[in-house]
Amino acid sequence: MTNRGASPVGIALLGGGNAGAATGRGAALLALGGVTLLLAPLVADRYLLSVLTTVLWFAYVGQAWNVMMGFSGLLSLGHALYVGLGAYASAALFVHFGVGPWAGALLAMLVAVVAGCGIGFLGFRFGVKGVHFALLTIAFAEVARVGFDHIHWLGGSGGFFLPVEAGVSDPLNLRGSPLLFYYVILALTGAALLLARSLLHSRLGYQWLAVREDAEAAEAVGVDLFTARMTAVAVSSALTALGGVFQAFYFNNLFPEQVFSMGRSIEIILPAIVGGIGTLIGPILGAFILTPLGEGLTFLLEVSGLELPGLKQLFYGVALVVIVVFRPDGVWPWLARRLGLVRTSAEGEDAR
Amino acid sequence: MTAALLTVESLSKRFRGLKAVSNLSFTVPEGRILALIGPNGAGKTTSFNLIAGVFPPDEGSVTLKGQRLTGLKPNQVCAAGIGRTFQIVKPFGQLTVEENVMVGALARERSVEVARRQARALLERLELADAAQRPARSLTLPDRKRLEVARALATRPTLLLLDEVLAGLRPTEVDRMVAVLRDLNRREGITILMIEHVMRAVMALSDHVVVLDHGEKIADGTPSEVVSDPRVIESYLGAEEA
Repeated sequence: MTNRGASPVGIALLGGGNAGAATGRGAALLALGGVTLLLAPLVADRYLLSVLTTVLWFAYVGQAWNVMMGFSGLLSLGHALYVGLGAYASAALFVHFGVGPWAGALLAMLVAVVAGCGIGFLGFRFGVKGVHFALLTIAFAEVARVGFDHIHWLGGSGGFFLPVEAGVSDPLNLRGSPLLFYYVILALTGAALLLARSLLHSRLGYQWLAVREDAEAAEAVGVDLFTARMTAVAVSSALTALGGVFQAFYFNNLFPEQVFSMGRSIEIILPAIVGGIGTLIGPILGAFILTPLGEGLTFLLEVSGLELPGLKQLFYGVALVVIVVFRPDGVWPWLARRLGLVRTSAEGEDAR
Repeated sequence: MTAALLTVESLSKRFRGLKAVSNLSFTVPEGRILALIGPNGAGKTTSFNLIAGVFPPDEGSVTLKGQRLTGLKPNQVCAAGIGRTFQIVKPFGQLTVEENVMVGALARERSVEVARRQARALLERLELADAAQRPARSLTLPDRKRLEVARALATRPTLLLLDEVLAGLRPTEVDRMVAVLRDLNRREGITILMIEHVMRAVMALSDHVVVLDHGEKIADGTPSEVVSDPRVIESYLGAEEA
């Protein structure tokens, strides 16, 4: 047997690519991180808990986005669409029909999958590739943003609100304290990580990676490009919609201008880009880097009284430039190699 | 005379009025090695792409053991039993060498672990086992050519299309690849259709040679017949020596 099978917790920390298995140290660190997050509410105050919830939400949605871009090479710049559809669908079911979020989530995911596959069909059937496919995803998100402004049944531009009752703890309806939401998003993030990992090591996952690397060669070895890409879109949009359900019940209010915004789409892709596109840990690490930095910046601005609109966006822009210039593969692959968290192949022999 | 495995009939393809392939017909008998030769731009790779389903022909048909392939997509042609390599190699760069071949094996295999075992056996055979865990983009050109062959073979083809897998190899490497291909053909009965410029290998390997020039077939025969054909010498072999 090779080293790959030797590690019982052999989690491929670098997805595809140099699909190195975790070293003992890597697995231990991952376990430590998990336990820390599980125990964090014991010491974290309300503010810290809300920051961690935001971090995990971006880690979760980043993981979902990564299935399309990182695994299959499909650039979506409109993932806010799936967040919004998931959020509005589950909220509408809850408010108008009394359907709880867990049951409603199924329908919310279905709605997002239908939308995703519709965009995918247009793109893949008519050979819309790369940047043009990305533009298509933006276009649909924008159409939804404008369109939802006019759906009065869902509150229109004035916002859609979920009833809030103080002191109620009803996990089955996702009503309760911030602590409940923290553990829900932690569980979702963990589940998404495990799902992404098992997908990556499946037949489908290898076919996705092949399509990402070279579509023509993948097709020549029997991969049906259309099916492979459509399944990637379906998985990614369904997972993202679940993030939207969480968002609806966590914030209890939805505004088309926020949930469907271009800015939100960009916020979703940044963790994976910063952490490492196509890696399993990348989106999580990226979220842990970006969100606290953003929070810190907001705090500093408040303290210093420098309320400049758009400064946060500027910060994200600068962060992205720094990453793209210095660590184009993301922070995680570099960090993992540096700290010996994954087994590297003969990467050093790489001539490039 | 063995039965025809692949039958190409009156195949034509034009690109913006330019006739890339015109009225090309030939057959590849089962269990044989057929070489497709001709000067650059003669339409060899276009013929390959027509057979492999990269684009449909304007006219004509391709059949594999009676199954009509015309109009099928590349993945369907692969499923029908044709494996191909690319003249300009197309490795899955960030995947390991082993994973590259696994993707090929997964064409017929559902289990990832079985595919991995098959990939290892093929890498052993093509002398790439030592590089199995390296990213494919780190391979040298001769190794990338070998990887192309291994990945195509992993799809368990009955017909293997090889597009200049010997180009750019050193003489000793050519000999090793020739030995591997002959072994595949003799021992496993894989039929091979190869585009090749290395005449030494063409002479050593092929049972039959088809010569193309300007998209048309100008000769069709055994290697020794073809190399003494005045038209072939004029359009191709002579030109090379000049």
